[in-house]
Amino acid sequence: MNAAPPAGRLSAAPFPGPSVRATVVRGLLIAAALAYVGVLLLAPMGGIVFSVVHAGWDVVVSTLSAPDVVHAFLLTAIITGLVVAATTVMGVVTALTLARDSFPGLRLVDALIDLPFALSPVVVGLMAVLLFGSTGWFGPTLAAHGIHVLFALPSMVLVTAFIAVPFTIREVVPVLEASGTEEEEAARTLGASAWQVFRHITVPKLRWALAYGIALSAARSIGEVGAVLIVSGAIQGRTETATLFVYRAMENRQPGAAYVVSLCLAAVSVLLLTGIEALRRRHDRIREVA
Amino acid sequence: MAQADTGYRAAQLRRPDLGPPLRRLTVLAYVGAMIVLPVAALVHEGFAAGLTSLRNALAYPGAIAALELTFTSAAIVAAVGAVFGTLVAWVLVRYRLPGRAVLATLIDLPFAIPTLVTGVMLVTLYGPSSPLGAWLDRLGIQVVFTPIGIGMALCFVTLPFVVRTVMPVLQDLDPAEEEAARVLGASPARIFLQVVLPHLRPAVTAGALLAFARSIGEFGAVVVVAGNIAGHTLTAPVYIFQLTGQFRFAEAAAVSALLFLVSLCVILTTNHAVARWGNRR
Amino acid sequence: MSSAIRLEGITRRFGSFTAVEDVSFEAPSGSITALLGPSGSGKSTVLRIIAGLEVPDAGRVWIEGEEQTHGPVEHRRVGFVFQHYALFRHMTVRRNIAFGLKVGKVPKAQRDQRVDELLALTQLEGLADRYPDRLSGGQRQRVALARALAPRPRLLLLDEPFGALDARVRQELRTWLAELHRELGVTSLLVTHDQEEALELAQRIVVMNEGRVEQVGSPADVYSRPATPFVAGFVGAANVLSGTVISGHVQYGDALVAGADGLADGSPAVAYVRPHDLVLSPVQRSGASVPAQVESVTPLGAVARVRLRLDAMKTLTAELPPSQLDGIAPGSRVYIDLSRASVFAPGDGVSDELSPA
Repeated sequence: MNAAPPAGRLSAAPFPGPSVRATVVRGLLIAAALAYVGVLLLAPMGGIVFSVVHAGWDVVVSTLSAPDVVHAFLLTAIITGLVVAATTVMGVVTALTLARDSFPGLRLVDALIDLPFALSPVVVGLMAVLLFGSTGWFGPTLAAHGIHVLFALPSMVLVTAFIAVPFTIREVVPVLEASGTEEEEAARTLGASAWQVFRHITVPKLRWALAYGIALSAARSIGEVGAVLIVSGAIQGRTETATLFVYRAMENRQPGAAYVVSLCLAAVSVLLLTGIEALRRRHDRIREVA
Repeated sequence: MAQADTGYRAAQLRRPDLGPPLRRLTVLAYVGAMIVLPVAALVHEGFAAGLTSLRNALAYPGAIAALELTFTSAAIVAAVGAVFGTLVAWVLVRYRLPGRAVLATLIDLPFAIPTLVTGVMLVTLYGPSSPLGAWLDRLGIQVVFTPIGIGMALCFVTLPFVVRTVMPVLQDLDPAEEEAARVLGASPARIFLQVVLPHLRPAVTAGALLAFARSIGEFGAVVVVAGNIAGHTLTAPVYIFQLTGQFRFAEAAAVSALLFLVSLCVILTTNHAVARWGNRR
Repeated sequence: MSSAIRLEGITRRFGSFTAVEDVSFEAPSGSITALLGPSGSGKSTVLRIIAGLEVPDAGRVWIEGEEQTHGPVEHRRVGFVFQHYALFRHMTVRRNIAFGLKVGKVPKAQRDQRVDELLALTQLEGLADRYPDRLSGGQRQRVALARALAPRPRLLLLDEPFGALDARVRQELRTWLAELHRELGVTSLLVTHDQEEALELAQRIVVMNEGRVEQVGSPADVYSRPATPFVAGFVGAANVLSGTVISGHVQYGDALVAGADGLADGSPAVAYVRPHDLVLSPVQRSGASVPAQVESVTPLGAVARVRLRLDAMKTLTAELPPSQLDGIAPGSRVYIDLSRASVFAPGDGVSDELSPA
């Protein structure tokens, strides 16, 4: 009943008091947390930056201009683009069903969405081999029609998409559930068609959840290695993605090139995620002010 | 109100909405083809011959050790993550540090950084060619190509899980409960253990279980750091990768199904823990 | 009477916002003192400063003669009842009540005995093994009270203890709390925005507004002799009349109301008069009377509410026992005796409306 905000939220420490011990404990906790994050996260990130700088500008230039590296980046971009497009569209459709529909088995579908979280990427690759390999369920039939899935782009997109399935759905469903259907119903009573309602009411509500889902799926697609390694055959200059290039470079003891490509991949993913996060924060702030 | 209602119903009658049934079929087809079918293939391949494939797979030298290494390292990583994740969440929520926003963003980076790159980073930092690695080597500490490196890689990859599940719970805690304990004479340590921690426990458990499940399956971060020496640093996912490379699909599928089953149980338990926490509030 | 609590010049700021400014008062031992004020008046902050949950930026706090301004919360031995109960949700009723005893290292046997005593005292015997989310609001508040009382605190601090309850339960708990206090005699400080609650429970009332103390006094003082226009308006309903000062009286129309002794002639003044302090008569009896026309009569059981129109702009509300309604009906002419009004120079808190009851 008082205008004063609760102490725990406003002041630095939840409780006042001149206790020296409390200050010491607080300092120790902060130091421990920073040390943990520092050793675990920052030091390795510093390590790779240091290594690339150490390797020198020449290595950076020669690596990034090598044809197979360029091809690898291009392939990663293509796979990421296709996977993000597919999982975003299907993710929204699935999220709408999960949030708005009800039928027997809906909860099972809901649980199935999380399965990719429980599967090792290696296992995902193996599953694709079991389906599309020369002795797999569909492999022989498809091969008879001249369609090659394994060791080619389709299987690489499929396994990456499998892994990216939950991201958009898990970002969008809570927003749909929290926002309810009143606005959509209001739009329907005003004569809007289902598509118009979706386009003008639902999509704007989902904008930031979608952006975040897209960023997460993109980061995951860029970084995927285990599944792609198994299904692609990692054929240099053909089915080798950027992460597969790093893997090969590490195996072949070409660390310089591996470090350069790794740093590029990390930079792109980090920029993607922090960029979306920053945009969302700014958006939230603008809305608070308005 | 009533008029709007009948108007809406009339509109529905005029244009029967085909959206939901169609959408339902699409979703069922999507989930069926993308998720159910591959998992079915996996389980079928692994257990078509009963437990023979699994027995064969485990008979290879280093197979049992790989499973042991995977499960123990995942358990240790989950425990470390639970403790330090809670600590980091506490510091982020309760203390007004300069640079708090930067720290909060850092926590999310493992979601963005490719896992393989995580492994490469650890090699650049602790590998034999780095100054730090050479120095540690002289002290008799080896990180790369040892279980320590595996543990560090997994801790890196799973750092956000506990922090991100605990932070919102900490933010929503009613400070009055802690104040009540304080007024009754409780020490800060007791308040944390008896008043705060019980509220955090489901979130910490959920975060740690997710970290465990993720650690079991992690490949990219581990494969370059571990060295993959059978019986020493070979983990189960890398073992599955090797089996696949040797076209021993049935054995690979059997081990995969085993890992999958464990992860699945863990994730279902997690959902249960979260739901129970939701009811308790 | 000795003072269990003494505050001297307490000030507390949150950033640029001053929540409490120069607050001083004493609370007598063994009684209930109410901190009464609208929301945002700083009363809860004062309570939290006494408990040690906040540290004042200036001023000093004494509890039973010891200075405690910076004393650690856990050593103050006060009981605090929070507005939203703040029960430990993961503990049963019994464990909630036992918490303070356990912290104080009371041996188990004594602890159990004390908890049983409090369960009996708060009429919660059957509910000892329930969790707080299985209790009604009134039950939760009683658990909160039992938990606060268990370690035998020197003071009981109650922060809007009935604020979250519905009207009927609130009245029940209020009566029960008064009885409990008579039985235990623990010095209590009650924060409330409900003047009825303060008047009913407290032996002393501290009225606060915008972080300052407006008046400290007995309920009768605060009600009948408000020290400031704010108190006159906030404690109980009041009619407000603005007029001009003439030789120590306020002139309103032809009426002269005494009580403006300190004010200069010709300056504006405001008279506050409570609905039941208006005396109506068919003829003019004193110089402090104004003529009015009865607009409506609303019977409300023990009293009847009478709307009176003075002129085109102004109406007053009077409350009379039904026995005094003879000759008072819509349309009849009456004289209103204003001699029981309180007069103030206009300042903060003066409004031209009937203040809410």
